Amino acid sequence: MRYDSLLDSVGNTPLVGLPHLSPSADVRLWAKLEDRNPTGSVKDRAALAMIEAAEADGTLSPGDTILEPTSGNTGISLAMACKVKGYRLICVMPENASGERVQILRMWGAEIISSPAAGGSNEAVRVARELAAQNDHWVMLYQYGNPANALAHYRGTGPEILADLPTVTHFVAGLGTTGTLMGAGRFLREHVPGIQIVAAEPRYGELVYGLRNIDEGFVPELYDPTILTTRFSVGPRDAVRRTRELLELEGIFAGISTGAILHAALNCASKAVTAGERADIAFIVCDGGWKYLSTGAYEGTLDEAEDALDGQLWA
Amino acid sequence: MSIEVRIPTILRPYTGDAKTVEASGDSLTAVIDDLETRHPGLRERLLDEGGSLRRFVNIYIDDEDVRFMGGLQAPVSDGASITILPAVAGGSADLG
Repeated sequence: MRYDSLLDSVGNTPLVGLPHLSPSADVRLWAKLEDRNPTGSVKDRAALAMIEAAEADGTLSPGDTILEPTSGNTGISLAMACKVKGYRLICVMPENASGERVQILRMWGAEIISSPAAGGSNEAVRVARELAAQNDHWVMLYQYGNPANALAHYRGTGPEILADLPTVTHFVAGLGTTGTLMGAGRFLREHVPGIQIVAAEPRYGELVYGLRNIDEGFVPELYDPTILTTRFSVGPRDAVRRTRELLELEGIFAGISTGAILHAALNCASKAVTAGERADIAFIVCDGGWKYLSTGAYEGTLDEAEDALDGQLWA
Repeated sequence: MSIEVRIPTILRPYTGDAKTVEASGDSLTAVIDDLETRHPGLRERLLDEGGSLRRFVNIYIDDEDVRFMGGLQAPVSDGASITILPAVAGGSADLG
């Protein structure tokens, strides 16, 4: 397939069947390989869409500085797009994000400001907001509240899945900014009666939840719970186990967050089998496993991997 | 019947620092009422003045968010595991 530039090649990713993990001929799993995007993650879609929306409405002009709270993939996608388009990028990320991510961001020219590990991305969001308030010429695209994030999936991911799998019954994706689920979920609900939109949310170690007051929690502005039918919380043990199964049984080398999503997808599959219903379950492979090798998720026993991931932002 | 409830760090002052506590009840409401008898003050941290689940509190029954299972009326079966967590942005921004 030929494209005019790297940015033009974002999206249109393959949807591949999983013959070994699917429980039967009537209940099938399909992986949407978002790691095939230019920087290797689903975030290329949202990053490009947010930049183009800001260019279109005049918020962003060549040479401007973009500031974004991101624990990795969004930053990497923005860094690539900023390099190609000529913007300066500053990423605010929790200090416990994996080492590979920091190196990759710097490689693409991004500058990094660390936020405290305790509190996870909540803290990165808070620090980024403070910096944006002090530097009013910096542009914060703010993936948690930017409609262009969800729109990228409403216009891209959702229609692509429906075109490749008209019999789709379930769509399963990760719940972070909520952009993928809100956008693709809304599109699929409009076009597929009775479709189930299922969220997989990573459950971290205690350090990440910290000692924050329960009234100071965070729900992304994009989040609309009426789009979802089910929301699963998936801990590191199940996420790692499924990540390894995906590699072992289907040959797909994915990041740990994808394991969490697969865990939710398999739960939907077993419910369909129990109910005696047919199902075509499409789920998102967010990225490849390369950036997470140093987390310890791919080696040793499940117990060791679980211990190694405690306190890390593994998704 | 016996249900295991996992308590987040921030709420452990109410459970004598216990990470998990036992409870009983056939619905989430019944479980929270039962918890309140032994851990006074906990209910007020979970529910607002109107008796609804607080916005930044997430509760899961066997890893499923109760807001999609009937909320406080969600059924709880014997041996279930309930997890209470504060809503955070997580690092999960990378998921999508």
